[in-house]
Amino acid sequence: MSDQMYREVILDHYKNPRGHGVIEDADAEAEGFNPLCGDEVSIYVSFAEDGETIEDVKFSGRGCAISQAATSMLVDMAKGRKATDLAQMPKDELLEEIGIPLTPIRLKCALLGLGVLKVALHRAKGTPLPQEWAGLDELELK
Amino acid sequence: MAVTARPKLDAQKQRADFPIFNELIHGKPLSFLDSAASSQKPRQVLDAMQHFYETSYANVHRGVYELAERATAGYEGARETVGRFLNAPSPREVVFTRNATEAINVVAYAWGLNNLGPGDVVLVTELEHHSNFVPWQYIAHRTGADFRMLPLDDEGGLRLDALDELAGAGRVKVVAAGMVSNSLGSVNPVEKLAAWAHERGAIMVCDAAQGAPHRVVDVQALGADFVAVTAHKLCGPSGIGALWGRMELLEAMEPFNLGGHMISRVTFEDTSWGEVPAKFEAGTQAIAEAVGFGAAIDYITEVGLDAIEQHEHELAGYGLDRLAELPWVKTYGPPTDRRAGIISFNVDGIHPHDVAQILDGEGVAIRAGHHCCQPLMAKLGVAATNRASFYLYTVTEEIDRLVAGLHKVRKILS
Repeated sequence: MSDQMYREVILDHYKNPRGHGVIEDADAEAEGFNPLCGDEVSIYVSFAEDGETIEDVKFSGRGCAISQAATSMLVDMAKGRKATDLAQMPKDELLEEIGIPLTPIRLKCALLGLGVLKVALHRAKGTPLPQEWAGLDELELK
Repeated sequence: MAVTARPKLDAQKQRADFPIFNELIHGKPLSFLDSAASSQKPRQVLDAMQHFYETSYANVHRGVYELAERATAGYEGARETVGRFLNAPSPREVVFTRNATEAINVVAYAWGLNNLGPGDVVLVTELEHHSNFVPWQYIAHRTGADFRMLPLDDEGGLRLDALDELAGAGRVKVVAAGMVSNSLGSVNPVEKLAAWAHERGAIMVCDAAQGAPHRVVDVQALGADFVAVTAHKLCGPSGIGALWGRMELLEAMEPFNLGGHMISRVTFEDTSWGEVPAKFEAGTQAIAEAVGFGAAIDYITEVGLDAIEQHEHELAGYGLDRLAELPWVKTYGPPTDRRAGIISFNVDGIHPHDVAQILDGEGVAIRAGHHCCQPLMAKLGVAATNRASFYLYTVTEEIDRLVAGLHKVRKILS
């Protein structure tokens, strides 16, 4: 189980996270917390001139390898995409990218970053968070 | 010398009583180092419950037929066993509950709501499990009482020297403390706290959920007013625990749950309550679980509480020594002589969930998280820790497999 979970690509993102840092004066930002394990993730987004294309994404936080690696992979996926499109991105798209078997508890670790990104984008666009995130109500998304 | 030597516990032999150890986890033998969360169950307890269901099951205190009488005898026999185990003056002072948490809620609601108010002080410790923390915090807020916390020293012991200053001019009404910390393994001086509480005219509420499985709990020697225990941590089933309380307090209290069995007389206008302990046992209780609770007490009493305590003391010493070999592991809590069989630790730079996940692949089960002690974790300045905890069936080989697993954790994640 653990050998599958900590495969090379996860360890690479964990040890060399992409886009680690903070964007001052970000166009969208949010933070989230998993009370179960204390994982924390903050995400910062800046839009291109069109106010829609994602120009840059950064994240900061601390937590387990799964939450940090998943958020790093999400940053890679997010750049250059449209904010509205990304705000509707299904969980499975990220989970397929992560590509490891996750127990229900570790699923919350893996989806923390995506939840935070969605909160940031929906807040910036003034749209409500999709209903499917109600199932992750143990996560405190702000 | 020889005459005073206590029989030593043979954990390898005890292990044969526990069917779970025949299981392979990810193809590896099970190293179960999470007994502080819940213990495994011996064949004797499983058989007792199975036998009860097959030969003696009916609802209790109701029927006039033979089976109902057998069931009642089993249920009330378990109450007597719990009473003897705790050295209660009377088995009638033993109230069955779902678990230790519910036992504390009974006191917090049924005693606290009617006895606390503005100007009163409720004192808990920074070590407390949420079970003996959250109910008191809530009831204090509801009644306007002050909620205060007894601080810890650097080794995770209670700062008894801070008691008087902390109480100040307030009327201390409740002192609530665990017997053994489930996070740090600290053994608390409950007798001293109880004596101080009584000097102040307060009641002492002791959460013995983590104490009773591992050492003798004598409610009279402790001097507490209420003691909460649970079966599942002492080789018994989940779903059953007990509250022991002094009879005059139990008699003066309002009920907690309301419904069947706890009544004396019900009319359209009013209801009067039944006698203690029935007053606190509304509805059909966990009957077979109570029988299993009794069987579990018989089992650990047969092994011997002194022998269990000594065995865990040796394991804690062995575990601390082995972990001290790893400079990248930090342990928390008191030295061995004031510690039960619990070791909380962190691996440098690696989140406890990752540690526990990789150990799971080696068949090693430990707890990773805040252990229902978020105030304590905040005090330690960590979000979570790893915790290895031991019981009467724990062998040193399991600790060796933990240490080997930690090397693997480092290899993968550092």
